[in-house]
Amino acid sequence: MTSLRQHLQRRRLADFFILLLALVVVWQIASWLVGDEIVVSPAETIAQIGVLYRRPTFWGHFDATLLAFAYAASITIVLGLGLGISLGISRAAYDTCEPLLMALASLPKVTLYPVILMFFGVGFSAKVVFGVLHGVVPITLFTMNAVRNMPAIYARVARLHRLSARDRVLHMLIPAVLPEIFSGLRLGLSVTLLGVVLGEMFASTRGLGSMLMGAIGLADFRTVAAVTFMLIVLATLLSSVMLWLDRRLHHGAK
Amino acid sequence: MAVPQPVGVLPEIHAECRDLVRNFGGIAGGHVIEAMGPITLEIRRGEFFSVIGPSGCGKSTFMDVLAGLTPPTSGTVTFEGLPVRGTVPDGVGAVFQEDASLPWLNVWDNVAFSLRHDGTDPAEIKRRVDEAVAFMGLRQFAKAYPNQLSGGMRQRTCIARTMVMRPRMILLDEPFAALDAQTRLLMGDELLRLWRETGATVVLITHALDEAVMLSDRIGAMSARPGRFLDIVETGWPRERDSSILARAEVGAVSSRLWGVLREESQKALDQSGRLAAAREGS
Ligand SMILES: Nc1ncnc2c1ncn2[C@@H]1O[C@H](COP(=O)(O)OP(=O)(O)OP(=O)(O)O)[C@@H](O)[C@H]1O
Ligand SMILES: [Mg+2]
Repeated sequence: MTSLRQHLQRRRLADFFILLLALVVVWQIASWLVGDEIVVSPAETIAQIGVLYRRPTFWGHFDATLLAFAYAASITIVLGLGLGISLGISRAAYDTCEPLLMALASLPKVTLYPVILMFFGVGFSAKVVFGVLHGVVPITLFTMNAVRNMPAIYARVARLHRLSARDRVLHMLIPAVLPEIFSGLRLGLSVTLLGVVLGEMFASTRGLGSMLMGAIGLADFRTVAAVTFMLIVLATLLSSVMLWLDRRLHHGAK
Repeated sequence: MAVPQPVGVLPEIHAECRDLVRNFGGIAGGHVIEAMGPITLEIRRGEFFSVIGPSGCGKSTFMDVLAGLTPPTSGTVTFEGLPVRGTVPDGVGAVFQEDASLPWLNVWDNVAFSLRHDGTDPAEIKRRVDEAVAFMGLRQFAKAYPNQLSGGMRQRTCIARTMVMRPRMILLDEPFAALDAQTRLLMGDELLRLWRETGATVVLITHALDEAVMLSDRIGAMSARPGRFLDIVETGWPRERDSSILARAEVGAVSSRLWGVLREESQKALDQSGRLAAAREGS
């Protein structure tokens, strides 16, 4: 049934472009209504990206953000999965930590800002920590719920085949809960990026976030629009890659 | 190949249960559910033993305790002379009532799963898995994932996964419950073939009377919960047998003797569940 699948894929692609077009139209209309100097039009935003593209200082900021995100993402994944699995395995730990984490998830992380600045000062570590802080809670929550709700049959199979504790985690628990973990990672890494950029806005002189702050200070709305647009594209790209990976890894699973 | 028991020699005991009881609940003053027992039973080496009983009588619980998956509340289990307590002994394999195929692995890798975790070398794994996959008629589906298979094929995958471990005692908990009657008869034939060719002891849990009668050397009829053995019937079938045995005249006698026991117990089980439902509605 290749033709049917191709047809569906084409439909999905078509839907995507229709949605994209609709967004651009709304954006353009908003720009006309509010005024070009505040809501920069799509065309001018793209033009401004072209300008930034040729500016060498821009790439310094861009690389700084990517590097900070790479650090923050790695720490977030390791920490979130580790915490999620260990808290999910133990009933008592789950019952104590779940409400705490839920509270933490809804807390605006900006309130923790002064504490982080006090410990890490202004610069690279502060924005990495800020990114981790945003991402680690959703990843932990998703992972520990997935582990908690894992079908009991898998634990029975593990016991039947006398799997070691290590094999039980690596070859039973993780593959069994991987689809749920991936949903957590998708959400978690997007907010990690957001956290890094927020961190740069207040605690760094480098990166797209600090560039954004600088542009706001100069009332350079074209640059603000261009950088914001790029961040959205980056986040969408990240999410799509994760979705693609998720599908790749689970072609056989339910 | 197992050698038939010489006449007049006592059969060798493979597994033994003494005063086995398993309860659930009762923590922090909660209500205690007596799931099973007391059960005292000897399972002979190389025999095909079936357990039959009304639904909810504790058959799965019995299998779990016998396999060492859960410890008994009281009483003892021994396998090959050694006590079993809460861990599965080497040489015991089990197939669960629920679908226990692993959805992230294809059929071949599902079957290889247990061997990959006990240090068997890759060449030996390949030999045994290929053999088991072929034996269970899954060769064309070796690369398929469980969600692409029928319930029967998934269950066969699980049987193959147990087979490759070369267990000396295989416990199967209603492995064909989800299948239609005809397919079940055919699967029964395959199970007999497996039993004959491996010489293993088989303990089959079922709620189908005809299945138990056709397959077994001995059949234990269980009471309503808490399940105990009320009668154990010896069929005396030859070792070389298949589903055509259902045409024999003796089948009727064995079935009616078992049904005489089970009828009353099934009624009790029905009343139990009715009372439970009523109690739940009332509260
Ligand atoms: N983990 C458990 N916790 C509490 N009660 C349990 C547990 N496992 C089983 N029971 C109870 O023990 C009784 C026997 O259950 P079991 O699953 O062994 O019966 P069964 O004969 O296998 O039933 P079926 O024919 O439906 O497979 C049931 O009343 C069940 O509710
Ligand atoms: Mg059962």
